[in-house]
Amino acid sequence: MRTFLAFIKKEFKHIFRDKRTLLILFGMPIVQVLLFGFAITTEIKDGKMAVLDLAKNRMSQQYISKITSSGYFILEENLKNYSQIEKSFKRGTIKIALVIPEKFAENLGNNNSSIVQVIADASDPNMANMLTSYLSGISNSFAIENRLVPKIPIKIESKMLYNTENKSVFMFVPGVMTIILMLVSAMMTSITVAREKEIGTMEILLVSPLKPAIIIIGKVLPYLVLSLINAFTILMLGFLVFGMPMEGSRILLFLEILLFIVTSLSLGILISTIAQTQQTAMMMSLMGLMLPTILLSGFIFPIESMPRILQILSNVIPAKWFIIIIKSIMLKGVGIRVVWKETLILTGTSLLFILMTIKKFKIRME
Amino acid sequence: MSRVIEVENLTRTFGHFKAVDNISFTVEKGEIFGFLGANGAGKTTAIKMLTGILEPTSGRGKVAGFDIITERNKLKFKIGYMSQKFSLYEDLTLKENIGFYGGIYGLRKREIAERTKKMIVRLQLGNIENTLISEIPLGWKQKIAFSVATLHHPDIVFLDEPTSGVDPITRRQFWNLIYQAADKGITVFVTTHYMDEAEYCDRISMMVRGKIAAMGTLDELLLKHTAKDMDEVFLKLARD
Amino acid sequence: MIEIKNISKSYKEVKALDNISLNIEEGRLFGLIGPDGAGKTTLFRILTTLLIPNRGTATLMNLDTVTDYKKIRRQIGYMPGRFSLYTDLSVQENLEFFAKVFNTTIESNFEMIRDIYVLLEPFKKRKARDLSGGMKQKLALCCALIHKPKILFLDEPTFGVDPVSRKEFWDNLKKLQKTDNITTVVSTPYMDEAALCNEVALIQKGKILAVDTPGNISKRFTHKLFEIKTNNNYKALLLLRKMDGINSAFMFGNSIHLTLNNSKKVTQLSTELTANSFKFSIKNIEPNIEDTFMELMQKE
Repeated sequence: MRTFLAFIKKEFKHIFRDKRTLLILFGMPIVQVLLFGFAITTEIKDGKMAVLDLAKNRMSQQYISKITSSGYFILEENLKNYSQIEKSFKRGTIKIALVIPEKFAENLGNNNSSIVQVIADASDPNMANMLTSYLSGISNSFAIENRLVPKIPIKIESKMLYNTENKSVFMFVPGVMTIILMLVSAMMTSITVAREKEIGTMEILLVSPLKPAIIIIGKVLPYLVLSLINAFTILMLGFLVFGMPMEGSRILLFLEILLFIVTSLSLGILISTIAQTQQTAMMMSLMGLMLPTILLSGFIFPIESMPRILQILSNVIPAKWFIIIIKSIMLKGVGIRVVWKETLILTGTSLLFILMTIKKFKIRME
Repeated sequence: MSRVIEVENLTRTFGHFKAVDNISFTVEKGEIFGFLGANGAGKTTAIKMLTGILEPTSGRGKVAGFDIITERNKLKFKIGYMSQKFSLYEDLTLKENIGFYGGIYGLRKREIAERTKKMIVRLQLGNIENTLISEIPLGWKQKIAFSVATLHHPDIVFLDEPTSGVDPITRRQFWNLIYQAADKGITVFVTTHYMDEAEYCDRISMMVRGKIAAMGTLDELLLKHTAKDMDEVFLKLARD
Repeated sequence: MIEIKNISKSYKEVKALDNISLNIEEGRLFGLIGPDGAGKTTLFRILTTLLIPNRGTATLMNLDTVTDYKKIRRQIGYMPGRFSLYTDLSVQENLEFFAKVFNTTIESNFEMIRDIYVLLEPFKKRKARDLSGGMKQKLALCCALIHKPKILFLDEPTFGVDPVSRKEFWDNLKKLQKTDNITTVVSTPYMDEAALCNEVALIQKGKILAVDTPGNISKRFTHKLFEIKTNNNYKALLLLRKMDGINSAFMFGNSIHLTLNNSKKVTQLSTELTANSFKFSIKNIEPNIEDTFMELMQKE
């Protein structure tokens, strides 16, 4: 035990004496969350809109003001007939047009799902998509608020439903957390093991009576602690700066985060059993872990819109499952009964990596 | 005889630490000049200044007729450099390596081909032009590295521990190359931890804590310090 | 103490060790002398249980390096080639760490490292990366000794170190051997260090050329050796190489070491040198280890 503590102590000293490591460990999470939260959001504000209100009653007026007060839309034009819609689009003054039918109020009462017509400028498909889904979200909540529909029409029930404010920062907090945990756990551990190989101390450690398990756990534990601190920082930023909701169980969230950290750490150690130099370790974790994680986890690019082959490929990315779990717990407030499948996948992956590491870890050199 | 190195009051400090402390010396054309000193005595810093890589804090110097501060770019065409770490590119063939270094010094293709041929004959390397450097034995590599460092016929070549770890026969073959170069008028400036190699030099200087503690021919140094060999001189000087 | 039988080890096509056998007695200071690439490091790694040989066996204290590696690892100290300590930890922290790795404390084994530690103590708080070459070497030795190993393996501990620091390092080793009866195996490319060992093995291209005491090893030299000093050694050497009846001629410091074929007489040589207007002196000397190494190398 004393040996083990000495090992941990030494590991922390390495971390705290290297400014670059410190910067990656503590600077990066904060910068990334703020960066994603404020700057690179894919959120759209002030989408220019034209309305063709054929109903022209109190209900349609309320509906329009609900939309414009959301902050996502600016009412650019009030149209008088259908032919004006195309003209406005051609002038480029609007991105989206909303047509409220004559029987708007009645239809709402009749369980009819297609109450309004939305025409979007698809020359910018991303924007069109986004605006349409914002609009459907707002319409949905309008329908509920006015208690005109006993049941929410199934067609409108989408993920948006649970993120009624459509704030994309809620999507980024889980995403950034995943990336940071991956980076700290997998990349940093693989680099520190490779570092010992490079400077030759690994030879001494191997020749010493230290058990390989102690070496591995000693390397891993400090990064587990740091990763937890990081996760905590990111969540706090999410709550305090961006008002991120926390619907589900905190304990479950903590356990799931812990699980993902273990998955990443076991990946990092696995890499370090193969990589002989810090450089290879870094390349392997960057190319082999970070890039696929960023691209295929659904963090930046929605998995649903990927080609089939990439969708299948995304299933082997642990981060994908973790993001699903986190979003479900934090935004939907669901419990383990809903995310047990994803949790099981992560647990299985971790065990697999740990087994592979045990098989691969060399008590000798080559 | 003309002077290839002329240094006056050369000093270099790092913070408060005087790595090189007011050294002055001259080296003549065709001389083999041994530059000795303990680890950390300031040898590497001095060599960096002489080769124009590092600017001195004060003092001045000329190498191969060029000022080491104001004319570094011209200076670099007149010097060759080889260190223990300087290795040829392992993943290139001998010919490709020579082509590259020849290119750096602005040699023409014909010149490079000609000098390569001569070099292979001189080193008795046989048919290895198209062999990857990684497949060439260590002892040969060192000799090749030296020949490449002198490919552009520099006025002076700096050798920083060129023979570390090499077997005794190869070391002597290496020194034969040094003598050949000196014979052709190339000045050789060499550092080494092998004291018998120090004895091969025409003149030896010994640095201790940034200063030149002794300089002269082997016989002069042995006489002055009443020692039987360079090893003893080194120990006496470095221990003061 | 150490028995090596018919060990061979290859990396891909390169034969690093070729059928090596050696016996090292307890309490010896054993030198493995040879240039880079001779196979010294490979042999060290096999003995320290880090590598498994392709053929042959090695035992330390009657423990097999392959099957009993755990027991062996507890009882040996190893200092790999190049400096291999934590450069971002201080002198004190490095020592403490390695003490704990071996489940011991600096104090419990202070006697053994005292002489070396005294030299390090003024720099106790300094980071290992800021130490001079010689000091780093001493720290590494301290760390390798911290658990009172029975056998100490030092792979090129003096490589690239200046003569003064080298001498101090060897003084330390000598002392250790006397006071603590540690068996030490040390490798070096510097031939002159061989004289400081009890017994040496000359190794070249994966083969052992000779094993003996430093005094005896020079007796394997088969020729009469002459030392010639001239007013221009290089020119003289060129001339000697062209002469008939010269077996070998090599530069050694400020003189030339020379052996002659049986037919050739020293007087003949003198005449020839004089005829070429050299000023010279010539005398018969005892060969040193380097002479021997070179002769053995050429026979191979």
